[in-house]
Amino acid sequence: MQHHTLSCCGGVRPSLPPPPLSFRWSKIKREGGRRLPRCARIAAQLELKPPPYSLSSLEPHMSRETLEYHWGRHHRAHVASLNNLIAGTDLDGMGLDEIVVVSYNKGNPLPLFVHAAQVWNHDFFWQSIKPGGGGRPSGRLMELIERDFGSFDRMLEEFKRAALTQFGSGWAWLVYKANRLDVGNAVNPCPSEKGNKLVVLKSPNAVNPIVWDYSPLLAIDVWEHAYYLDYENRRADYVSIFLEKLVSWEVVSDRLDVAIERAAERAREDETRRQEDDAAVTHSEAVEMYLDSDTDDSEAE
Amino acid sequence: MALRTLFSKKAFTTASGFRPIAAGDRCFLRQARGLTVAALPDLAYDYGALEPAISGEIMRLHHQKHHQAYVTNYNNALEQLETAVAKGDASAVVRLQSAIKFNGGGHINHSIFWKNLKPVNEGGGEPPHSTLGWAIDTDFCSLEALVQKMNAEGAALQGSGWVWLALDKGSKKLCVETTANQDPLVTKGANLVPLLGIDVWEHAYYLQYKNVRPDYLKNIWKVINWKYASEVFDEETA
Repeated sequence: MQHHTLSCCGGVRPSLPPPPLSFRWSKIKREGGRRLPRCARIAAQLELKPPPYSLSSLEPHMSRETLEYHWGRHHRAHVASLNNLIAGTDLDGMGLDEIVVVSYNKGNPLPLFVHAAQVWNHDFFWQSIKPGGGGRPSGRLMELIERDFGSFDRMLEEFKRAALTQFGSGWAWLVYKANRLDVGNAVNPCPSEKGNKLVVLKSPNAVNPIVWDYSPLLAIDVWEHAYYLDYENRRADYVSIFLEKLVSWEVVSDRLDVAIERAAERAREDETRRQEDDAAVTHSEAVEMYLDSDTDDSEAE
Repeated sequence: MALRTLFSKKAFTTASGFRPIAAGDRCFLRQARGLTVAALPDLAYDYGALEPAISGEIMRLHHQKHHQAYVTNYNNALEQLETAVAKGDASAVVRLQSAIKFNGGGHINHSIFWKNLKPVNEGGGEPPHSTLGWAIDTDFCSLEALVQKMNAEGAALQGSGWVWLALDKGSKKLCVETTANQDPLVTKGANLVPLLGIDVWEHAYYLQYKNVRPDYLKNIWKVINWKYASEVFDEETA
């Protein structure tokens, strides 16, 4: 097992200033058998994105101190570790979504997965909440919640239960799950938007639903560091406050629109591919029949 | 009633939480409706007695809230399991296994942990001598090397879990192991006996050390109870 100098919980002492993040010199890279000089390349690497609100604006529900540590130490350390680990490799320069899926390695994750996924998860988490959040969703999001859970309150209950029964560290999610078949080139024979559903899930440690090809809409961090300074062991209180006072249903709704459009586009691509496959089969059958017959005149001849 | 049911075999043998977990362990048992259930053990020292290595606030929450919750939830799961077994409800029996593992494991692990700690003025931090000391030198070259290894493994553990100094009863060799979440050490090998366990769940250190788990690991050795570890080691290697 690889031991990183910066572990997933950060080895940075509070007294040190945060390291610069936007650009860094890449490590020595071999090319054509010749070592390039150390300063030959600048790799544009991933940045620590700030939340779209000030660190004290979520009080009293999530304290400034929590944000300073959670965003300023934990999230920051994952960005630094990720950049360190991908520098000079094939993953350098890839988008974060792709790095997460590739490093998940179909359930046998590479050492850098925890950092990639936690960067993704935390970016997503900060955007999922806002000052003056809470309330109720409306429009298509509410319709689908009522369709797939029976009611908004029942969805909340399921979400809370997932958050409270994710034992150890992890996340709870509301996702949009497209009804896609998992097997190589198999295509859903009866695609319909009705087959796509909202689902509540939980995941351990850094795992996130994009590795299962779902579209996450909302996440809550239930690692203890997310709530311990404000709520101590009372995870239930944290989860309730998160839903009542922090969640941004507007952002969730926007994500749903994107997810539905993406699912529709992929369904169209599947349909096109299926038609092309059908056409290929038909064409080859005709050639077979033609060659077998020795009485008809051939166009080819 | 009390004496007869204290030794009742009504309880199922699969749930290892009933029997003492390690030599000398006194995992208090109490009777509730004839079922042998677990109880929160008392600490042998005040909450503040491990300062400054571990704050009194952390010790209080860790013992009164976290460990208590494991005990409560474990007992609830056991009662439900007893009902399910009596009814022959296999689905319910299987469904309860994760709650039993999480909460039973939490109870087992923390019961060991409290005995692994001791205030400095009562011998906490004093290095091991004779049998265990020699075994450490043999299997790790030195105590410093062992500490370094446990700290490295503990810091690198992703998410929540424990780092252990273990004795393999079969080979009589010491080894360092980690377990995830509240998995007890035996999940890594039926022959493994825990001598020392260090809790690296964030609740064990966050209020004091925040995200700097390595600092917590460095400091906890000042209050480690090597005497207890030696006693377990001697008993298992006798």
